[in-house]
Amino acid sequence: MSQRRNHHHRINWAAWAFVAPALIAIAVFFVVPVAAALLMSLTDFDIYALADLSNLRFVGLDNYAALLQRPLFWQALGNTLIFVVLGVPLSIAASLGAALLLHSRLARFQGFYRTALFAPVVTTLVAVAVVWRYLFHTRYGFINHALAQLGVAPIDWLGDPQWAMPAIVLLSVWKNFGYNMVILLAGLQAIPEDYFEAARLDGAKRWALLRHITLPCLAPLLLVVSILTMAGHFQLFAEPYVMTQGGPAQRTVTVLYLMYEEGFKWWNLGSASAVAFVLFVIMFAITMLQLRVSRRSEAAR
Amino acid sequence: MQAASTPRWSRRRWMVGAGAGAVATLGLPACSRRSGGPLRLWAMGREGEVVNELLHGFLRERPDIQVKVEKLPWSAAHEKLLTAFAGDATPDIAQLGNTWLPEFVALGALAPLDERLAATPEVQAADYFEGIWATNRIEQKLYGLPWYVDTRLLFYRRDLLAQAGHQQVATTWLAWQQQLRDIKRLVGAAKFSLLLPLNEYDPLVALALQNDEPLLRDGGRWGNFRSAGFRHTLDFYLSMYREQLAPPASSNEIANVWNEFARGYFSFYITGPWNIGEFRRRLPAALQDAWATAPLPGPTGPGASVAGGSSLAIFKRSTRQADAWALASYLSRPAVQQQFRVLTGNLPPRRSAWAEPALMTDAPSQAFRQQLERVRPVPQVPEWERIATELRLMLEQVVHGDLTAQAMPTEMDRRADRILEKRRWMLARQRAL
Repeated sequence: MSQRRNHHHRINWAAWAFVAPALIAIAVFFVVPVAAALLMSLTDFDIYALADLSNLRFVGLDNYAALLQRPLFWQALGNTLIFVVLGVPLSIAASLGAALLLHSRLARFQGFYRTALFAPVVTTLVAVAVVWRYLFHTRYGFINHALAQLGVAPIDWLGDPQWAMPAIVLLSVWKNFGYNMVILLAGLQAIPEDYFEAARLDGAKRWALLRHITLPCLAPLLLVVSILTMAGHFQLFAEPYVMTQGGPAQRTVTVLYLMYEEGFKWWNLGSASAVAFVLFVIMFAITMLQLRVSRRSEAAR
Repeated sequence: MQAASTPRWSRRRWMVGAGAGAVATLGLPACSRRSGGPLRLWAMGREGEVVNELLHGFLRERPDIQVKVEKLPWSAAHEKLLTAFAGDATPDIAQLGNTWLPEFVALGALAPLDERLAATPEVQAADYFEGIWATNRIEQKLYGLPWYVDTRLLFYRRDLLAQAGHQQVATTWLAWQQQLRDIKRLVGAAKFSLLLPLNEYDPLVALALQNDEPLLRDGGRWGNFRSAGFRHTLDFYLSMYREQLAPPASSNEIANVWNEFARGYFSFYITGPWNIGEFRRRLPAALQDAWATAPLPGPTGPGASVAGGSSLAIFKRSTRQADAWALASYLSRPAVQQQFRVLTGNLPPRRSAWAEPALMTDAPSQAFRQQLERVRPVPQVPEWERIATELRLMLEQVVHGDLTAQAMPTEMDRRADRILEKRRWMLARQRAL
């Protein structure tokens, strides 16, 4: 008995030794900064504190209280939610649609299209933004030109508070759908052909195949993709940063953009850390909810 | 390199550095300050590109000094200077936007220059435009030498103004606005007389500075936007949108201001000296005689504008402050400033540097020469840029109808007071000590 326990012990140490480098890296690059940020969120760290630490005040939860009372925070949260609610389903639908088209036996030049559809993912957003700013231009933009052919009056995409976020959604979907498309395409290719054959023998048509074979087989992958996409969408920053700088009338200020302005533009690192933690809590809660829902639906099946 | 320099650091500074680094995640600048080696000069954008050419004469005069120029892009300059301060890696001397000076003075990063100025006859305070010089004096001490000036005034279409029946730009607000109305009648509903982009605060701040009431009161402790003067400016400014003299658009939507100016989409534009060169380069040859510049009109006569530009500032932690001052005063010589102007188009801050014939006969620059005699600094508090940004955001809300014009001054004061809370606490504590 005691020999076995010893043996166990030794294995544990060896295991710890093997994971130690990873754990140290996590501690140094994750735990310490997170703890520092948490501490900082309880202070009013700003440029005066940077000059002299005796100017630092411990403010308890004041940063959080002030944040929750700020209309701009709620507006930023609302803007972010609009982006998530519009963007996530649209982005996943676009990825799935493109993946299905590419996987279809009828598709020609698959390699070319796969590359072409993936290309926006690897282009630089800043360069793309220049082009999209022109596409969205009220008087000279291609999008309004195309809409005019359909009889739609010109839309001030980036200047009208109502339309700015939908414009950002369009850009973001175009820029990012290729990434999920590649993941879903791999998932499609992994579904055994036998299932389809068996279903076809039972008389299933194309729509039934999609609903009863393809989607259930892709379900675990779709869950992962939706969690990652949602996490990514909650962290929207770069698109409004290069396209609208948060305008017009702050309708494209997102939670992360608010954090950037607080922290790096105004150097209120205390309240910026508070924004970061609030965002973290929201995302954590939503991911947990997503996991629970998927687990329940799996159990029901 | 960091490890080697750690023992020299005080614990306090190390903690601040570590704290800022943890959040910035990018860590601290890799190089620490050395006492030997070349003098380190940080310069931004175009100035950073050409400053080496200005240095030849200095290096001949002072063979004992070597200068190393480090270029920063404007977009990252502010962040980089702050991280350099946190990481104890500030240069010996740097170009600083003069509205940044209060912030770096509050940090205690800059060395006062009054004693050196008194000992240097070739730099005469009286030769500088007063408004520009004032931006470099904070709480009665000098922290920078003006390097070049920047202000805002009118660029306009002389041909369209003439077609509307006016030979010269008016000098009072009301007369000017009548000219804008006449142009609007001429160009029609699809075009405008004036461009006031909703994403810029400079034009509004320039017009607000024309009042005698300050924008902040009680030593920069509280907002003063409820004053009659600011309300007057705001009302005038908003009437431009109300009467459709200015499009309610940001410059993002204009896409290319020079093309639109050439098309006559707007006839007046409030902007700065760099656009003299841009207008010459980008407007078609046929329009080169059709544009001109004019000083800003004021409520009752020629008005003030904002005193902007860059200064040369010396860092307190530098061990080579005397050498840095020698460089700053060399770059301030009228002849060197003229060379600087030729290389960059930047306008000189010294009246004697304006005696150059090329500048005397240049019509667009002469309007700036007149305006520079009437420039005023923005409130000298580190929080000013943030307050001005709030001002711009609220203006946008009013124009989009999210907020009433009557409620704006009160709301603006409320926000300014909140932003200035820490400053009030600091000042109260300083007085107690």
